[in-house]
Amino acid sequence: MKPTHHFQAEHLVAGYDQKKVLNDISLEIPSNKISVIIGANACGKSTLLKTMARLIKPTSGGITLDGQSLDRIPSKQLARVLGLLPQSPIVPEGITVSDLVGRGRFPHQSMFSGWSKKDYEAVAEAMEIMNVTELANHHIDELSGGQRQRVWIAMALAQQTDILFLDEPTTFLDITYQVEILDLLTDLNEKYGTTIVMVLHDINLSARYADHIFALRQGELISEGAPSDVITSELIHDIFGLHSTVIEDPVSGSPSVIPIGRHHVRQKEAVWS
Amino acid sequence: MSSLAELKKQQVSPHVPKYFTPVLVVGAILLIISVAASLSLGSRPVSLQEIMNGLFAEGTGSYGANVVESRIPRTVFSLMCGAALGVSGSLMQAVTRNPIADPSILGVNMGAALFVVIGIAFFNISTAGEYIWLALAGALLTSILVFGVGSMGRGGATPLKLILAGAATSAALSSLVIAIMIPRSYVMDQFRFWQVGSVGAADWSSVQTFSPFLVVGLVIAVLSASALNAMALGDELATGLGVKTSTLRLIAAIAAVLLCGAATALAGPIGFVGLLATHVVRLILGSNLRYLIPMSALTGAIVLTISDVCGRLVGRPGELEVGVVTAFVGAPILIILAMKAKVRSL
Repeated sequence: MKPTHHFQAEHLVAGYDQKKVLNDISLEIPSNKISVIIGANACGKSTLLKTMARLIKPTSGGITLDGQSLDRIPSKQLARVLGLLPQSPIVPEGITVSDLVGRGRFPHQSMFSGWSKKDYEAVAEAMEIMNVTELANHHIDELSGGQRQRVWIAMALAQQTDILFLDEPTTFLDITYQVEILDLLTDLNEKYGTTIVMVLHDINLSARYADHIFALRQGELISEGAPSDVITSELIHDIFGLHSTVIEDPVSGSPSVIPIGRHHVRQKEAVWS
Repeated sequence: MSSLAELKKQQVSPHVPKYFTPVLVVGAILLIISVAASLSLGSRPVSLQEIMNGLFAEGTGSYGANVVESRIPRTVFSLMCGAALGVSGSLMQAVTRNPIADPSILGVNMGAALFVVIGIAFFNISTAGEYIWLALAGALLTSILVFGVGSMGRGGATPLKLILAGAATSAALSSLVIAIMIPRSYVMDQFRFWQVGSVGAADWSSVQTFSPFLVVGLVIAVLSASALNAMALGDELATGLGVKTSTLRLIAAIAAVLLCGAATALAGPIGFVGLLATHVVRLILGSNLRYLIPMSALTGAIVLTISDVCGRLVGRPGELEVGVVTAFVGAPILIILAMKAKVRSL
């Protein structure tokens, strides 16, 4: 089981150029759990994730890992604890699956060392967990979207971090693959205790797979907690400006959001009141 | 671990390219052939006996042996120069993440050329030892300028911005070079010989002057290969893996400038070798820089030496400068690559 970590953000303000995207966000990431950041487009979800992964320097406020300020931790050392899979990584031309997964070992290798037995094992294990071992020799270009995403996650797993950040790992995937990816991430969390924080678009899948939800609106954290406590029709309206009714997901028992538009509504008066 | 065993059974290694050993063997054979050709072929062909005499016997004094002896530093220099250009090319492609990057992209050639022209025109500079520092200073300053301009604005030094900055700077500098040269015919004569690019004038002192730059550049390149591999997956992912991308770009660019600047200073701007070597290797072995960098050095050395031999044969009884030969071979390949290059590679 992965060790417990205290990852905290305090009064985080960040943005690009003059534009403030995050406004005074304070939070603690629940260790060894799956957290999902939700919110409307351009509300700062990705920016929050990137700032916490030190891709963006906060203009004020601080982030600490186990009490130590993030920018004081040497970058390679931090990369052995905290991994990140960005939304659109680049596939180098002609790269094979095993080569790509192997690049996740970078923070564990020194400038002069070659490949150790541990490196090989970590790569093999990561590929097995994500079920891409048979694809080891294939070129990334030959793979389907779902396979590709599994390979990227395997790369992040080869990094063997206790905490893993994923920026929209299911975007552009068919529903089958979305569920497959989220299942695999849940396996990972249950089996190894990996702390997972991700940005997801699908509110219902978020509610089903998350232990903890962070709800963002215009750069501010407006609600957080267990999905069953947080996901209400009021919150959905606050975040998305959308009317909805929240029911119990018949499969998982988690909250499920049913949107209400202007059309196809059986009893308009009843739901609008 | 079952899957590790499975991997071993399939002979998959996460990083050793599939055809690495055969490529290494073929490369070694080609290297030997190119060295032999460079020693024996030229405007005056020599026999095997004369080669042996030239290489191993002291002072036999035969004309043929002397010819061979004089071709030794030239051969050594062209190997070194080709290796430097090959590695410089792969470094620049890695730094800019652009498959058609060549030393000219970061403005290295033009920066070096401008400084050499200024040296010739205003400071009466005429020796290789002086060229090299001027050319390096020019190359370095230009790279810093390009890097500075390319880093401005959001997102730091992105590949696209670097390329645009490089192209713009290159155009501006080349017009300066012309502006300085046109009113001074004596500069033009001296400069023209240098500008074409030739390893024909190389002697042991060129080799000596060049060596430290080559060694430092190669060491930096090899040591930064793993980090550059991580950066190939995008800056965000590389940062997540613990790479300081801005620092890495700077260091790798400096190594590229050292290699290419020194080669340019001593032999004149020789184009396309970096592009050619890197692409041939990438096509066969893939894009892992731990292999790409050393193999580009080998391929660059072979390409330049063979080009030099071709130049000697085609241009008989004189010889064609190697820069002309590489341009002839390289230009069509550049066009093909540019047409094939995917936009996403930027």
